[in-house]
Amino acid sequence: MTGFNFRGAWSIFKREIIRAFRTAFQSILAPVLTTSLYFIVFGSAIGSRMEPIDGVQYGAFIIPGLLMLTLLGETTSNSSFGIYMPRFTGTIYELLSAPVGVAETLIGFVGAAAAKSLILASIILMTANLFVDYTIAHPILAVIYIMLVAASFSLFGFILGVWADNFEKLGIIPMLFLTPLTFLGGTFYSIDMLPEPWDKIALANPIVYLVSGLRWTFYGSGDVSFGLSLGITLGFLAACTAIIAFIFKTGWRLRA
Amino acid sequence: MSEPILELRGLTKVYPGGLKALDSVDLDIRRGEIFALLGPNGAGKTTLIGAVCGLVRPTAGTMHAFGYDLAKDWRRARARIGLVPQELSTDMFEPVIDAVSYSRGLFGHPPDPGRIEEILRALSLWDKRKDRIMALSGGMKRRVLIAKALAHEPDLLFLDEPTAGVDVELRKGMWELIGQMRARGVTVILTTHYIEEAEEMADRVGIINNGRLLMVDDKAAMMQRLGRTEAIITLSEPLSQLPSAIANFPVTIEQAGMALCYRGGDGTGKGKAEVANLTKALSAAGIDYTGIDVHESSLEDIFVSLLGEGEAA
Repeated sequence: MTGFNFRGAWSIFKREIIRAFRTAFQSILAPVLTTSLYFIVFGSAIGSRMEPIDGVQYGAFIIPGLLMLTLLGETTSNSSFGIYMPRFTGTIYELLSAPVGVAETLIGFVGAAAAKSLILASIILMTANLFVDYTIAHPILAVIYIMLVAASFSLFGFILGVWADNFEKLGIIPMLFLTPLTFLGGTFYSIDMLPEPWDKIALANPIVYLVSGLRWTFYGSGDVSFGLSLGITLGFLAACTAIIAFIFKTGWRLRA
Repeated sequence: MSEPILELRGLTKVYPGGLKALDSVDLDIRRGEIFALLGPNGAGKTTLIGAVCGLVRPTAGTMHAFGYDLAKDWRRARARIGLVPQELSTDMFEPVIDAVSYSRGLFGHPPDPGRIEEILRALSLWDKRKDRIMALSGGMKRRVLIAKALAHEPDLLFLDEPTAGVDVELRKGMWELIGQMRARGVTVILTTHYIEEAEEMADRVGIINNGRLLMVDDKAAMMQRLGRTEAIITLSEPLSQLPSAIANFPVTIEQAGMALCYRGGDGTGKGKAEVANLTKALSAAGIDYTGIDVHESSLEDIFVSLLGEGEAA
């Protein structure tokens, strides 16, 4: 074996997907239930009394934000757990001793985390349809954008899983940073609705660009231009890829 | 002699804290042999295995397996190496057959249910193939790890303390299994705390301590070179000096003249023959004795002795 180990990458990918379905309640049903509750409370109950935003009914307006909220959280945690657990239990010995390199490992773990998130996103969109009416203005761009975000945050989760040396660290970034930033990133409102100077300060939050980008693919309008959202997403993807390349090159936290 | 299957030259590992776990280790492993690496805790055995298997980044030195440089052609080399770790590390929620099949795929092999069945049957795990690993006994879990390591049909297999914490019966079973692997042409490198394990199975033995390989030799040659026979002959009457009839034997007077102590031989049985001749010489000289206690030095005695010398040096 000299080149890329396809079977190795596929084995990791398949195993991770099987692991997700083994814990289907936690990985799929729980986030779908949580998002459904958001739709019931904010979309149907409160949303019906809200004014449309940029011509979009409030219930439909929050769909991209809620989708992003779930996508970021689940992708990050799936990927971080995917690599952290083998480190924690010691089973990573098998991965490190196998003829698999950075590409196979990423396709396996990150690809599986991204795939799980896409399945989840599809289920959430179908669930949303039960509560609110919506149409997607740019469906192909929406799928591409969701895949980009899922891949980026899977890489980010992978970095977290390699960095963390205990369960607390594993949860601290998603809980203390990612979730609050997503809530404050325009999930439930447009940045324009914030008073001065918070509308400007909010632009320092990178999640604003992600939510705005996805919202643009849904309804053709966002807080910032789609080009800027796409650029920031691609930049984040590139940064995470560079960090992971460094991790594999140096063996940081993977090899003694 | 055939080309070595594994060549280590100047292999050194210094951990960030400054601990030198491997100190310029040179080692050749021959194709098809069982090589036992002996050493106390912290000697560097697991670090050496980790370096070859890609778990540890060496600080210096070169490693070649099957002629491939492990630093460059690691994919080719690792595809042919199997590792059974010391710890019972595996996904405990996974069914046995899934875990073993995964290992085969990870190493780039196509699915082969027949081969997986053969391995599981050989390890008496076939009936448990659908059980989650967490439901198995400790001995069975260890066999699952062996099955995972064999799933990609390695030519070189590392067994890190394969019988640690397993009962005597299972240990014998493991020894049989390792013998079967050798019969199939697999080269086996094992580390162990149980010297009798090395004595039972190994063709060659390496003794490592403080990261330094103190000695590598054929087990039989090592026993011959360093083995000794010790015999205590309890006398009926005390002796004040050695009689001339036994002056040529390596004998000393001990226990206030009530015992003769023979220390000699070479670990091949020569010592026992000399003790027999000694007793004949005593009888011929009219020296009566009431008991003989003969002890052949084991690999463990040699191991302890070598470690003692290493510490003193």
